[in-house]
Amino acid sequence: MSIEVPARVSPVARAVSDAGILAWRSLKRIPRTPDMLIYATIQPIMFVLLFAYVFGNAIPIPGFPGPRAYREFLMAGIFAQTMAFAVASASVGLADDMSKGLIDRFRSLPMARSGVIAGRVVGDLVFNAFVMLIMVLCGFIVGWRWHNGFGQALAAFAILLLFAFAMLWVGALIGLSVGGPEVAASAGLIWLFPLTFLSNAFVPTPQLPSALQPVAEWNPISSIVAACRHLFGNPSPFASPDGFPAQHPVWLSLIWCAAIIAIFAPLAVRKYRSATGH
Amino acid sequence: MAAIEATGLVKTFKGRKSTVKALDGIDLDVPEGTVLGLLGPNGAGKTTAVRVLTTLLRPDAGTARVLGHDVVKEADTVRGLVGLSGQYAAVDELLTGRENLWMFGRLYRLPSDQAKRRAEELLATFDLTDAADRILKTYSGGMRRRLDLAGSLIAHPKVLFLDEPTTGLDPRSRLDLWQIIRDRVSEGVTILLTTQYLEEADELADSIAVVDHGSVIARGTADELKSKVGGERIEVVVHDAADLTRALELLTSALGIADPEATSLEEHSRRITVPAPGGSSALVEVIRTLDAAGIRIADIGLRRPTLDDVFLTLTGHEAEQKESI
Repeated sequence: MSIEVPARVSPVARAVSDAGILAWRSLKRIPRTPDMLIYATIQPIMFVLLFAYVFGNAIPIPGFPGPRAYREFLMAGIFAQTMAFAVASASVGLADDMSKGLIDRFRSLPMARSGVIAGRVVGDLVFNAFVMLIMVLCGFIVGWRWHNGFGQALAAFAILLLFAFAMLWVGALIGLSVGGPEVAASAGLIWLFPLTFLSNAFVPTPQLPSALQPVAEWNPISSIVAACRHLFGNPSPFASPDGFPAQHPVWLSLIWCAAIIAIFAPLAVRKYRSATGH
Repeated sequence: MAAIEATGLVKTFKGRKSTVKALDGIDLDVPEGTVLGLLGPNGAGKTTAVRVLTTLLRPDAGTARVLGHDVVKEADTVRGLVGLSGQYAAVDELLTGRENLWMFGRLYRLPSDQAKRRAEELLATFDLTDAADRILKTYSGGMRRRLDLAGSLIAHPKVLFLDEPTTGLDPRSRLDLWQIIRDRVSEGVTILLTTQYLEEADELADSIAVVDHGSVIARGTADELKSKVGGERIEVVVHDAADLTRALELLTSALGIADPEATSLEEHSRRITVPAPGGSSALVEVIRTLDAAGIRIADIGLRRPTLDDVFLTLTGHEAEQKESI
């Protein structure tokens, strides 16, 4: 039996189809690596508990008295941090594919050049949506609520997923640039700790040294967190309440996501074109 | 028409410490329906050559065409026409055999049901139907390699690149894989095969190109290459190491060997090797001479040159293991 390989497909249809097939692959893998899912959720749960019950009582929220204020404040920060850490899943996944020779195989196929990364990004996004669902439940348990209705809360979750989507492209670039999955894990995460801690995620920016305040308030993570707090109706103190980040948190978060995607998606695809294992 | 032709391929890798010329002007020419064996040690440039020919690497200089299509300018067309199976068994460990093949079929742009049918066919051909629904982590090395090869055959490629297809396999799996490769050849597929096993090239290839330090240092059929090393040789292992020197002197004069370079003497294995222009009649002469001198023979044999000898003669060093590039 001979099979004719159809050659005439529009490049866009091809890219979408290839991304879909690779996303299918990523999703198939998730239930077969249950340990990954467990670690991906344990870490943020640990952060919630540590911050809510250990640091929380020591960190007052300006303008919001009461013991529950910090937990209301905290959850948006945890959500954004969890989404930022999506970087690691993409970087480790692609570095692993590269070291196993799979990237070489995919590159030898008549596929769209964006297919492998896009498939990985979409698959990881679904994974992260699931992790976020668990985080939301965890938030409910420690006493966090949204106050502006379900619609606005949904908008906040959409922004968080958009942020994860953007960060996955960063992770893809890192994963294709480093030597192996072990390096990819630390290279994907190490810079994220200062980035998330130098933000409004865990500590209200008015409490930071004044020199750090503008850095923390313009930090992309802060903009995501502030947008979520705004949409959820959670406390959102700012050192400069008249500044752009405080006045337009949602817009700033969208601008940041767009900028990250615009910079890192083309870089990642370019890297893929010449990436090769061994 | 040549299925694969390459002219003057150069590829240099710049590292932090040193620059490696992986390909230093390689020329290749593989007629349709034949098997070329690219033979050389690790680091000789074989894998780099395959990567260039399968569009994974851009050459720094030179051109290469596969079935008439330039591997740089018409890379996408070439990708649709060739199959690549490497030494690293590039398959997804967490998917089942069936899922892997279906995925590769889809990526070759087959509609889903055709991809499914093709996967079934290949699973059956490669004797993997029973293992089709197991994830690859549970496969043996030989099974993975078979699946990897099956993946490269999905689109019925006319040209197949096999990069060290049997490296690291046990002897039985190797024989299985050889049979699979022979079956493809009988279907008229052109194959470029890299190997560091001289026996493998001898077994499978119509012609052989010996590669060392990024260039082809010899080419021809296995027989042509062997004849470069000269004819048959006799190996004698004597019983007592003290007899070695005397035995060599006796044999040199008895067989009329003019060039002492053509003989060799290994002290630790008590082995003497001498050329045997007369074949088996020389063998008789050796036995008679040594027996008359009272030298006891532990082992003796007439040896035809192997490709290992070819390599040694051509490069001055054995096909040793170097760090892979």
